[in-house]
Amino acid sequence: MADTAVQLEQGAGKSSRPNLLNRIFLHNLPAKIAATPMVATVLIVFIGCTIWTIYYSFTNSRLLPTGQFVGFAQYERLFSNNRWNISVTNLISYGVMSLFLTLGLGFLLAVLMDQKIRFESAFRTIMLYPFALSFIVTGLVWQWIMNPTLGLQGTMRNLGWENFTFDWISNPRMVLFALLIAGLWQGVGFCMILMLAGLRGVDEEIWKASRVDGIPTWRTYVSIVLPMMRGVLVTAVVLIGSGIVRLYDLVVALTNGGPGISSEVPAKYVYNYMFGGGNIGQGLAAATMMLLTVLIIMVPWAYLEFGGKGRR
Amino acid sequence: MSQTATMSGTPAAVPVDTAGPRGPKPKPFFTPKKIIIYTTLVFFSLYFLFPLYVMIVTSMKTMPEIRFGNIFSLPSAFNFDAWGRAWTSACTGLTCNGLSPGFWNSVKITIPSTIVSIFIAAVNGYALVNWRFKGSEIFFAILIFGSFIPYQVMLYPLVMITRELGIFGTLPAVILIHTIFGMPILTLLFRNYFASLPQELFKAARVDGAGFWRIFFEIMLPMSLPIFVVALILQVTGIWNDFLFGVVFAGTQNLPMTVQLNNIVNSAQGTPEYNVNMAATVLTGLVPLIIYFVSGKLFVRGVAAGAVKG
Repeated sequence: MADTAVQLEQGAGKSSRPNLLNRIFLHNLPAKIAATPMVATVLIVFIGCTIWTIYYSFTNSRLLPTGQFVGFAQYERLFSNNRWNISVTNLISYGVMSLFLTLGLGFLLAVLMDQKIRFESAFRTIMLYPFALSFIVTGLVWQWIMNPTLGLQGTMRNLGWENFTFDWISNPRMVLFALLIAGLWQGVGFCMILMLAGLRGVDEEIWKASRVDGIPTWRTYVSIVLPMMRGVLVTAVVLIGSGIVRLYDLVVALTNGGPGISSEVPAKYVYNYMFGGGNIGQGLAAATMMLLTVLIIMVPWAYLEFGGKGRR
Repeated sequence: MSQTATMSGTPAAVPVDTAGPRGPKPKPFFTPKKIIIYTTLVFFSLYFLFPLYVMIVTSMKTMPEIRFGNIFSLPSAFNFDAWGRAWTSACTGLTCNGLSPGFWNSVKITIPSTIVSIFIAAVNGYALVNWRFKGSEIFFAILIFGSFIPYQVMLYPLVMITRELGIFGTLPAVILIHTIFGMPILTLLFRNYFASLPQELFKAARVDGAGFWRIFFEIMLPMSLPIFVVALILQVTGIWNDFLFGVVFAGTQNLPMTVQLNNIVNSAQGTPEYNVNMAATVLTGLVPLIIYFVSGKLFVRGVAAGAVKG
């Protein structure tokens, strides 16, 4: 409204066009030049590429994205593909277990670290260092540890426990737990750091008050401190959740989808169809489903975080 | 040795008996609560440390030692043969040049990607705080939301764009991709930092007639060394550890270390040499580990930056 007023005012005297041009392009020019990469990234990559992918997921593109419009055919094929369905089931099972265990263990360790213990920084260093390593390194180390003949299982059997079994990596029914052990190893420390920051942010007065009222410590944590840490918890859920949807490197390094196709995940499905299978339309449809999954996680979060700030 | 230990232990114990009740009552160290806390923490520490131990120990063993089948045992000697072979002659499916080409490729990718992405994000964050223009906040919000889109969604169009630009399969393509996908977190980092600086400095410089770039280079940069170090740690470890972008965009001549490592271990033919595999794994993990142990608290700060709300 203020803008229209300004335009009318200027329009009365001289032509308003140069001023409009001036306002859009020349005013604050260096800042706009500096922000060009951001604007280009947002418009071309985050918006443009996403729309492109969604659009071409409705075509029958094979080696090149020039196919004709085929409606939901790619999606029908996708959900009648056994490999995709296994990938989705795997991601859901792994995702639920990983999310709850990462949050649970992260919170437990953060609470333990918050008890004014000695060697706190040593413990923190030990717990966080796996997070500095790549998923490839993580996957390969655990692959070696879980080697059935020469790894942990073989060692324990050689040491006398003849029935010791730790063959999860080659057992289709247990392979997700193998992924979970490696994934937790890499990510729990990070969650612990987030939770610890949240715990340290809780006012000391709260603790004094609950002690005066004689509330047991565990009760204070569950009923008072956890609800107060909502912000940190939501952030942790979003970060861990979007990491789970992207799960790719770890699977490639640890199991490469095997045994058989029992540990396939959607991100790997997308990659294989786009760059290995010569069936781009199928890969794009799978990628669009991944996007949908992230939106299902993100939209409630965005609503919770920013919905209330609309008044500002 | 044990004698000195007991001797130094005894005098410490004596004053407790004779000192009498002075000061606050000292809490006993071995309460049941403490025992539970430390036992749990030590148990988890073993879980976290075990793979590092196994990795290093295995890399120094000989193959006969490994076939003996005890993953816990120490190597009979400090033997770095496997490290040498992992570095120079391990086979990656097609060629047998070891990890060293991958290492140098990773260096060639990491250094320019880090510099370009940090510079662009720093200038961008500065513009977003001190030189807002119409729509700047909206673009920033979309940038942050965009960072949650799975990479696979944008991967194929980006392949086409880089192909159009004629850089697909070369170093500039990987650098571009790392700059794009590093932008959300780095911009957030710099924006929050610049917003925390006193605005009077900026205003005073404005009054004195300094422009956009002059204020950035002469006032903002000298004050923001810590955040640059945080960004540096974040980017170097992140780019070094990347697998997907390297495998898609770098081209077969420039495959980074993580990709070559995976090839050495997972697609090598013949009998697997676990000592060479583990030596290669240690070597690949060494760069981020050194950065982690040297940087300490700054790494934690970089990691937690993702959780800082904008």
